[in-house]
Amino acid sequence: MRRSKSVAALLSLAFILSACSSGADDEAGSSAQAQEGVLAAYDESKAGGTLRLVAKGAAGTLDPHINYTLQFWQLYQAAYDGLLAFRKVDGPKSFEIVPDLAEALPEVSADGKTLTFTLRSGIKFSDGRDVTVADVKASFERIFKVSSPTAGGFYNGIVGADKCLANPATCNLDKGIVVDAATNKIVMNLTGADATIKYKLALPHAVILPADAPSKDAGSDPIPGTGAYTFASYDPNNELKMVRNTHFVEWNREAQPAGYPDEIVYSFGLTAEAQVNAIKNDQADWMLDPIPADRLTELGTENADQINVHTLTAMWYLPMNNNLAPFDNVKARQAVNYALDRNAMVKIFGGEQLASPACTFLPPGFPGHADFCQYTKGADTASPAKEWTEPDLEKAKALVKESGTLGQKVGIVVSDDEVNKQMGEYVQSVLNQIGYKATLKPISSNIQFTYIQNTNNKVQISISQWYQDFPAAMDFSYILLGCESFTPGSDSSINMAGYCNKDINKRMIAAMELAVTDEDAANKEWGVIDKDIMDEAPVAVAFTPKQVDFLSKRVKNYNFSKQFYMLVSQLQVK
Amino acid sequence: MTDREPAVQVLSESPGRIARETLAHDRRTWIASALLLFIVVLTLAAPLYATYVSKTDPFVSSINGTTVIDGQEVSVLQQSTEGLRIGVNPIGPTWRIGSYALGADNQGRDVAARLLYGGTNTLLIGFTAGFLTITIGTLLGIIAGYSGKFVDSFISRILDVIWAFPVYLLSISLSVVLLTSGFKWGPISLESGSLYLPIFIIGLVYVPYVARPIRGQVIALREREFVKAAIGSGAKNSQIIFREILPNVIPSVIVFIPMMVALAMLTESALSFLSIGVQPPDASWGTIIKDGLGLLYTRPLVALLPGLLIVITAVSLNLLGDAVRDALDPKARMRGAV
Repeated sequence: MRRSKSVAALLSLAFILSACSSGADDEAGSSAQAQEGVLAAYDESKAGGTLRLVAKGAAGTLDPHINYTLQFWQLYQAAYDGLLAFRKVDGPKSFEIVPDLAEALPEVSADGKTLTFTLRSGIKFSDGRDVTVADVKASFERIFKVSSPTAGGFYNGIVGADKCLANPATCNLDKGIVVDAATNKIVMNLTGADATIKYKLALPHAVILPADAPSKDAGSDPIPGTGAYTFASYDPNNELKMVRNTHFVEWNREAQPAGYPDEIVYSFGLTAEAQVNAIKNDQADWMLDPIPADRLTELGTENADQINVHTLTAMWYLPMNNNLAPFDNVKARQAVNYALDRNAMVKIFGGEQLASPACTFLPPGFPGHADFCQYTKGADTASPAKEWTEPDLEKAKALVKESGTLGQKVGIVVSDDEVNKQMGEYVQSVLNQIGYKATLKPISSNIQFTYIQNTNNKVQISISQWYQDFPAAMDFSYILLGCESFTPGSDSSINMAGYCNKDINKRMIAAMELAVTDEDAANKEWGVIDKDIMDEAPVAVAFTPKQVDFLSKRVKNYNFSKQFYMLVSQLQVK
Repeated sequence: MTDREPAVQVLSESPGRIARETLAHDRRTWIASALLLFIVVLTLAAPLYATYVSKTDPFVSSINGTTVIDGQEVSVLQQSTEGLRIGVNPIGPTWRIGSYALGADNQGRDVAARLLYGGTNTLLIGFTAGFLTITIGTLLGIIAGYSGKFVDSFISRILDVIWAFPVYLLSISLSVVLLTSGFKWGPISLESGSLYLPIFIIGLVYVPYVARPIRGQVIALREREFVKAAIGSGAKNSQIIFREILPNVIPSVIVFIPMMVALAMLTESALSFLSIGVQPPDASWGTIIKDGLGLLYTRPLVALLPGLLIVITAVSLNLLGDAVRDALDPKARMRGAV
């Protein structure tokens, strides 16, 4: 998912097990931050006021089954509910799944193909109508009817989904979603066991909407939801307003907690510089866009108590086109991996407090992650080091010569925002140093992500980002480098490297199946697969970024969910 | 009575001599020429400065590079050590002859060296594109004005089409298209990062601004007695153009030169600022301003210095243009004298 228009990043949400390493040492937080892993009891005296959010631009459609940006997913947490939800707490426990509109976690059949839920009674949409099992079934059908961007990727395992994907308008999931209005039972039938289905059901694309929600993109028209807030108005060129859902009654505080502000107003149109100034002047409470590089030091010293820094399960990486010269040669790809100075890229991103050098495809702390790095000084594929330490330019130059690609032209396609362009300029400099003739091609952030996916554009190397969708190794390795993710000539070919090793692909599918019965064993296998993939260097991983939230002085009760980032509804402004 | 005497003297001398003397006695000429010469010499010295003074490669990123200040080795890009220790800032000006005299940019490159190299490109594009405009504009203006009828209509309509687009809109559109795909026409092939592209684009978009007034002047000249006499005496068209028309058009062309160079330079800077002019790692004053934009709060000089150089150069060219215009326009001088 695109994180925001300005960053042009992909957000896919991942899950870190409670044992993950994203401890407090990595985080910097203000005194207003909440206690990790615990959502405090609702304090009525802190309720009220208007929370003012600012961003450079809006994130497109307001339809929760279609929008695929972190910018709005963050808001949907307070406006919509699925059968399941990610736990709304601060810290790693936010990757845990809890029942939301369902009374409990699903009963799963022995073969893993059937999930049975019971819908809670008495829950109402913001327009006052009761939520029924018919709404649940209609919502799953709507995912296909509106051609949700993840319909084919996340929900294709529901029985009948293949027909819905072929003919969205007539989608019928009678066999996939079987409901009983008398008992409020919902039976979800899958074509095969899916270890990640619980996460997929907790994503905004699987929220429950009224059965009569339009079978097309609702655009700027809000669709009633069940959350603590409802969207009152949306003008993509100006403002988005959320108000309290008067029909909301808290049923599971861990899934959908009551919010504090009376109103949440999201204003669009301010540059990042202006957003910083607005917060410093108490004219706004939080900014979406990355803080401009030249303001970081100032804010880190003068406004340290208003800054919150959190490690993300994400990566900045360079997909190299494995089917196009010079990177159809494994030695050329390895050369780039050796040449990249990850510390330099970290510096461009804002320094060691805001990012960490990375070498593996699975980020540190992510399920399946193993510590290794083949592409650092003194290491190679046969004897990898534990972690990346420094680049090896000489080895990179030697590999370029060996590959026979010396002197070839290479185009680097980057987004045209400041940070990406600087990264691109640095990569251009590195490629020129190791013997290529590199040119930089910055293109609009709005199209760069789809542009670099389409093989017709003959992109040789690019800079991209991936933020986890849900907490499973397959969301990185299989989604980004699986053979099935490579569709030549399509704007939706997320395997930008065009990497397809059939043997490794089989092992990835086997690991996904193994995860159904033995998650630990599967994660161990993912670590081995990661190493084998990186031996072939289809991409060059650069660093793991951190999230910086800059809040106004009046904001209290900051909670950072690893899954959906700052919990907007829990901020107190009174 | 006394203030009429110079006018009488002026009228008794040749126009060329009048112009030269006028220019020689105009302070603006000297100031503008000195400034321009100084800037041109400085920018031409860029390779020498990078090799012997700054001892850095201004086209290679040096993000983890170091330099020595007061005997101590320091990082070119420095991690903040205060508060939350977030943010990385390029080293500021050392104000000493040597490395990083004017500090570093966000790629850790020497700003002074890049300013000089950037100036070379900006001036090269400015002068080349300016002269290209003058050459094409003059040629088209003379051909259209002298030929009349169909040729005049054809050329004029083409000029009208170009004229119809705002200069910057046309420049940006052409730059975006040509930057993506390069330019290929017969044996001529320009790659997307080539410096010839902005030269070609800028040289083209200003052509009507020269061609149209020249055309008007030629139409007027065509009706003058000495041209009619030449035609009547059986002179060839080329003889009439080169012997009768061109010498009378040249003063106007000369006046255009500094103005067109200044406009071309400003347009190049604007395009480069928008990332559609000079491409990295090459520099121009426009690209350096763009680089400095992200450092305005911490290292404002990175953006301000190229801006200042653009202003000085453009003002100098305009002053020179004004002086040349005054010198080559005897009527204006006479009006001033009377």
